[in-house]
Amino acid sequence: MHELSVTESVLEIACKHAEQAQAKQVTDIHLVIGKLSSIVDDSVQFYWDFISKGTVCENATLHFKRIPAELVCLNCDTHYTLEDDLTPCPNCQSARIRVVAGEEFNLDSIEIRK
Amino acid sequence: MPKKRVKIVEKIMDANDRLANQNRQRIDDAGAYSLNIMASPGAGKTTFILSTIAALQPKGIQLGVIEGDTAPVTIDADKINAAGMPAIQINTGGDCHLDAIMVENALTQMDLEPLDLLIVENVGNLICPASFKLGTHSNVLISSVPEGDDKPYKYPNIYRGLEVLIINKTDLLPYIDFDMDYFRKGVEMLNPGLATFAVSCKTGEGLDGWIEWITARISK
Repeated sequence: MHELSVTESVLEIACKHAEQAQAKQVTDIHLVIGKLSSIVDDSVQFYWDFISKGTVCENATLHFKRIPAELVCLNCDTHYTLEDDLTPCPNCQSARIRVVAGEEFNLDSIEIRK
Repeated sequence: MPKKRVKIVEKIMDANDRLANQNRQRIDDAGAYSLNIMASPGAGKTTFILSTIAALQPKGIQLGVIEGDTAPVTIDADKINAAGMPAIQINTGGDCHLDAIMVENALTQMDLEPLDLLIVENVGNLICPASFKLGTHSNVLISSVPEGDDKPYKYPNIYRGLEVLIINKTDLLPYIDFDMDYFRKGVEMLNPGLATFAVSCKTGEGLDGWIEWITARISK
């Protein structure tokens, strides 16, 4: 439900870098989103279409790259990828685990025309 | 005209995080400790804050409270004022969480100098508040037993960023099916060794441990 404010941040960062690169138009925006980030792609796209109007980013296509959640067991050092539900270590069943990837929420790159 | 790729790699929450750091600096400069209290609606956030005030006030500890609500009501702030402590109400205008800008505005309206402890009561929600740093020293989640024992499994993000977990309304345990072991196992997977206090704000049971924890962090 907080996608409006994060979409505004995406627009702000993209416009800043477009200006620095002296772009006439931003055609594509590449976002990297970890599976554990509670961001809904469709919702970001919905807000994007409204708030990018009249900016250098108008009509830019959003690309979402999802990164899986990776965990490491603090007990036996087993690395594993999280499926849908939160699960203990598949090797030793320990619940002492740490997230090593999946929390990313980055603007990776933009594609521009000068 | 060919397209050109511009590499950026910038965290989207960066602007909020930077402002949160400034908020922290302001709170540190005033010599206060600060908490961001999160929970679902009805978990007992305001009652928990009032219980904390009641325990800390006799020790001469000065508290201030920032109340976040989605609607323009002052019900919570009025309760804090009635307890003799200053409260600033933030109306988020329908937004589902507080962010660093809203807290910055509230800090400007508050006299921070006399405060030992600043409590920010976030909007009742288990999803969005987890994504927005405010600049407070510790994140506290109040999970009440009537909400069910599956909440860590369903809302993992909020549990991962905590310094303290309060399990509230333990006086209701005899009346509901709440598997404490299952709940705690979920918490342990998300946040190993998390400081956890099982309390009843109604009876006062278990609050001593929490009061000891927070008192140790307030520099007098």
